Amino acid sequence: MSIFINRETRLLVQGITGRDGSFHARQMIGYGTKVVAGVTPGKGDQLFEGVVPVFNTVAEAVQETGANTTVIYVPAAVAAAAIFEAADAGLALLVCITEGIPVLDMTLVMSYVSERGARLIGPNCPGLISPGQSKVGIIPGNICAPGRIGVVSRSGTLTYEIIHQLTGQGYGQSTCVGIGGDPIIGTNFIHCLSAFEADPDTDAIVMIGEIGGTDEQQAAEFVSRAVTKPVIGFIAGQTAPPGRRMGHAGAIISGSSGTAAEKMQALATHGIGVMKRPADVVPLLRERL
Amino acid sequence: MNLHEYQAREILKRHGIPVPDGDVAATPDEVTAIAARLGGRGRVVVKAQVHAGGRGKAGGVKLAATPGEAKAMAQEILGMTIKGLTVHKVLVAPAADIASESYVGIIVDRASQRPVLMVSPAGGIDIEEVAAKTPEKIHRLAIDPRYGLLPHQAQGLAFSLYKDIAQVRAAADIMQKLYAAFTGTGASLAEINPLITTAAGQVLALDAKIVVDDNELDRRPEIAALRDASAEAPSEVQARKAGLTFIKLEGTVGCCVNGAGLAMATMDLVKYYGGEPANFLDIGGSSNPQKVVNALRIITADPNVKAILFNIFGGITRCDDVANGIVQATRQFPLPVPMVIRLTGTNEQEAVQILTQAGFSALTDMDEAVKQAVAKTQGRAA
Repeated sequence: MSIFINRETRLLVQGITGRDGSFHARQMIGYGTKVVAGVTPGKGDQLFEGVVPVFNTVAEAVQETGANTTVIYVPAAVAAAAIFEAADAGLALLVCITEGIPVLDMTLVMSYVSERGARLIGPNCPGLISPGQSKVGIIPGNICAPGRIGVVSRSGTLTYEIIHQLTGQGYGQSTCVGIGGDPIIGTNFIHCLSAFEADPDTDAIVMIGEIGGTDEQQAAEFVSRAVTKPVIGFIAGQTAPPGRRMGHAGAIISGSSGTAAEKMQALATHGIGVMKRPADVVPLLRERL
Repeated sequence: MNLHEYQAREILKRHGIPVPDGDVAATPDEVTAIAARLGGRGRVVVKAQVHAGGRGKAGGVKLAATPGEAKAMAQEILGMTIKGLTVHKVLVAPAADIASESYVGIIVDRASQRPVLMVSPAGGIDIEEVAAKTPEKIHRLAIDPRYGLLPHQAQGLAFSLYKDIAQVRAAADIMQKLYAAFTGTGASLAEINPLITTAAGQVLALDAKIVVDDNELDRRPEIAALRDASAEAPSEVQARKAGLTFIKLEGTVGCCVNGAGLAMATMDLVKYYGGEPANFLDIGGSSNPQKVVNALRIITADPNVKAILFNIFGGITRCDDVANGIVQATRQFPLPVPMVIRLTGTNEQEAVQILTQAGFSALTDMDEAVKQAVAKTQGRAA
């Protein structure tokens, strides 16, 4: 098994005829993802690569093809609109790769998406992959291998580095999820940890965080309360300089400075194995499995 | 993007929030003129305009009794550095006659995924300490962005600041206008600290901070035009123009990485192996050799850099594009220091071939590359 996506995933690509959308649609098809439809308004009569039907609207695409998941590659200026449309069409899983969506737009998007019972992953994320089953997004398929480690990360290329270390040393992955680095994201560490805990085919979880916010601290607290599987974690930004922070609201709302040291401490306190560098991932997993 | 206090005051004023008189100056003579105009009978305050917190504690905010004194203060403050930033402008305002200081701020809250309004009757420079030690003195409200800040919500919070109903109404009005300013500028933070009452009972916004969400700038050219490039480090301005994210640090290993998380992890690893990173540099996700050329120009302009470290994990970024950029750059200008290149992922083989033909070697292991780069800064073999 896996979390969020698997062999049954029927994928729709919003922005399939665009530069990024078309490139990654080909990669996903090549990986074996069931790409069943594309959407580009005004190109509703085309066939992408001669096989994938393109529709003018998401609703039409869902109705005609039974798509249950969408991945969004449209430009930032229209990305919030694309998420609204996908949520309205009744899709269960929305994955938004696009970066640069204004955070105030995301406050509106999140109310809309959660009221319709959909799950959003991202925005500003690399998407997810259940190796050997389905890839939704931009994580390079060739660095992954099927297996029993769950990976959840706020980062993009750093996630690839960790997956590369895992695969290279014989640890395949059940699912790797890039949750995105924006202040407002649809799926957070806790959602993923909870899903991995419930997944019978995941034995251990690697979480990759970074400086800023308090998501990692809350996730660590959740792990000590609700996760029985071994968890190890990495926090990027140990050498990041203290910012020239303006205003006080950030510190007041989070009650935290969001430094790597504070986060690593929280991970350790809650029984999570703390990696000092990416290469520690496999040795730490071996200790705990 | 940070706005200066004087810019934030202008925005609040435009939204109808009462702000004391005041003006911005770039020279001591301008300060004298403003102080003479404002200060007629009383003292003025001269405040450094830099994008850094803790200005007062750093000596960047001073009181002056006369225009002559204001000029002397301005001479001290203009040109001083606060947290590495040079002061080019000061705000001159009448010294307020303060009866009470409150705090009013709006921020996008990651946890509730909404704008949250926070107010406290214990405003002023120690507000963070108040929040940490006596959190019951901070009142919060998550705003539903579909409806905005409703009148009864603002008034309810205003009652936690004042007893006098005229002041409560004035503060509630200010909160609603602040929310309008917050959404109207595409802010991620808008803050009045302190919100004061005067001896005469007036409620005024004495100091204001606005941080604009960078993702809003494309659709708000009038806000983007407020950017003050002179208030930022020149190398950071140059990097932004080239589409790179760059932060200068004090170390000797110049880092060029794709992706912010991997860039931070690379800097951490430099430190782990006994070196010090000279910068944070993210070339982003695109595959453009010119970006690499620009990145190398910026890194090599730093005289502290003793070795350059590339760490590229190809995904969207193609390793061959990075390799081409490295080769193009070294044809355009000689590199003054040794370089260690690590690349793996998309089109790695093509990249290795391009680099080998140009006389460079490339590694595939991140730890090995970092170790070698650190060793080169220390003049030894890894």
